[in-house]
Amino acid sequence: MTMIGLVDCNSFYVSCERVFQPRFLGLPVGVMSNNDGCVIALSNELKALGIKMGTPAFEIQHLVRQGRIHLLSSNYELYGDMSARVQEVLEEYSAGVEPYSIDEMFVRFDGFAKDQRLKHARQLHRKVRQFTGIPVCVGVAPTRTLAKLANRAAKKIPTYQGVCVLHPDSRETQVLLKKIELGDVWGVGRRLVERLAVIGIKSAWDLAQADPKRIRRQFSVTLERTTLELRGIPCIEMNDFHEPRQRIMTSRSFGKLTGDMSEIREAIRQHGQRGAEKLRSQNSLARAVLVFLKTNPFRQDLPQYSPSLILELPRPTNDSRAILSATGQALQRIYRKGYLYQKGGVMLLDLIDAGRQQLSLFDTPQSDADRQRSEKLMGVMDELNRRMGRSTVTLGRPSPGAAWHLRCANRSARYTTRWDELPIVRV
Amino acid sequence: MTMANLIPAHPAPPALALPYPLALGRAGLSGFPSPAQDYEGRTLDLNERFVKRPAATFFLTVTGDSMEPLGIHEGDTLVVDRSVDSRPGHIIVAMVDGEITVKRYELRGEVYCLCSGNPRYAPIPLVDMECQVWGVVRSVIHEFAV
Repeated sequence: MTMIGLVDCNSFYVSCERVFQPRFLGLPVGVMSNNDGCVIALSNELKALGIKMGTPAFEIQHLVRQGRIHLLSSNYELYGDMSARVQEVLEEYSAGVEPYSIDEMFVRFDGFAKDQRLKHARQLHRKVRQFTGIPVCVGVAPTRTLAKLANRAAKKIPTYQGVCVLHPDSRETQVLLKKIELGDVWGVGRRLVERLAVIGIKSAWDLAQADPKRIRRQFSVTLERTTLELRGIPCIEMNDFHEPRQRIMTSRSFGKLTGDMSEIREAIRQHGQRGAEKLRSQNSLARAVLVFLKTNPFRQDLPQYSPSLILELPRPTNDSRAILSATGQALQRIYRKGYLYQKGGVMLLDLIDAGRQQLSLFDTPQSDADRQRSEKLMGVMDELNRRMGRSTVTLGRPSPGAAWHLRCANRSARYTTRWDELPIVRV
Repeated sequence: MTMANLIPAHPAPPALALPYPLALGRAGLSGFPSPAQDYEGRTLDLNERFVKRPAATFFLTVTGDSMEPLGIHEGDTLVVDRSVDSRPGHIIVAMVDGEITVKRYELRGEVYCLCSGNPRYAPIPLVDMECQVWGVVRSVIHEFAV
């Protein structure tokens, strides 16, 4: 049986800060969006104070002044580097890693006997923590949907101590599925929960017991797949998800090994464009983009190089032009001659709801006219592509953007990527 | 600055295949290969020597004088490897009361201690203390003014 693991970093941005500033361990700490607008990452201690994702920073400024909470500006350069380190450790100790977001990675668990899986999962858990300082939770199961649930259990239920391995027909899995609410199942949105409740399906277990054919008739193929996945039958690949997502990933292999920059640039451009379309169709904006390339790990006779780069966007956006400009620059920086790449992709990170207009007050300002122009242009582009087939209208080479000045008053040092910002240790 | 900050998500340059695979040439007329050929085209990479495990390696800048007898001076750069399990005798980076510091990890009698290189500072016994190992110092980079 194939098994898949999901490794999820705990409060990732905050954990990155804590590696270099251990005085923040155990304290309520939050990380703010660019321009210090609102809170985008929270430690458990901060969540316990009732502060939520998206809370405007000014609303809790008084707590900062009283020294009761700590807010930091986002430091994507640090987070990107730490994420690459986590991935590298996982690659060393597993048969393959697929990043799902900056802080979540799927890990192949092939080739382990049943009784070895828990031991191996614990090893991943321990090694990532020791090598990088980032605490993680590990969930292992036969399908991605179950791995996601296992990960959630590992995080929420203390007895698991951060590691949960689920075998499909075990009592443990059954108990867990009965406990888990439908809304916490990967790919089941709020509206779906309401519709399923009408026909008596309330827990993950109920859904797993439902007739997949019926689910397909009454709902969708996607939900049928989720149903099968909950039973332990794998049928979801990385890019299949239709939930409104926290991140959008577009990637695929090039079809052959290639070192040709123009081929790779074209592929990355298409991924960027496709990602931006998905972003608009789910009405979100992205704060950052990640571009990655991978050589073929099974060709050990060839030199290996699997770089990635995160680029913070000047403001949350779903404008293809800004996104392609960013992916183009990122690719330029990571591409190296002399390697044969197998795969590449674009990830859009830290998504927010485009409808939340208040953000424009806090994020880097963009003039109304500018935004309307952009919306109109992107709307026309999507409409043409919808009516006349994908790629009817695409963008050419992106133009380099203007210079921006971000406010980042409380940004920690870029400890791992700048010589003049290394952590200082007093001896 | 360009439109946004470019962020290198990985500090280590790609590893060089060793010996660097260049087509071998022939030396002289006799057709015997030159003994230097194995090293032809190869450059020495300090990362290869000092960074054993890039994902777990961090650089830290030193301030203070307590480790001078052990060869660690103000302004030096420490190469710290978190993947090494610490043993007595190692110079380690430790978290003590929420701060990171550098000490020699020692076993004195039956008590594990963090010792500084300077007798002016008393050893810190590791009993009832919030103390964790952050990483093990593998090397020190000391630059001279030139």
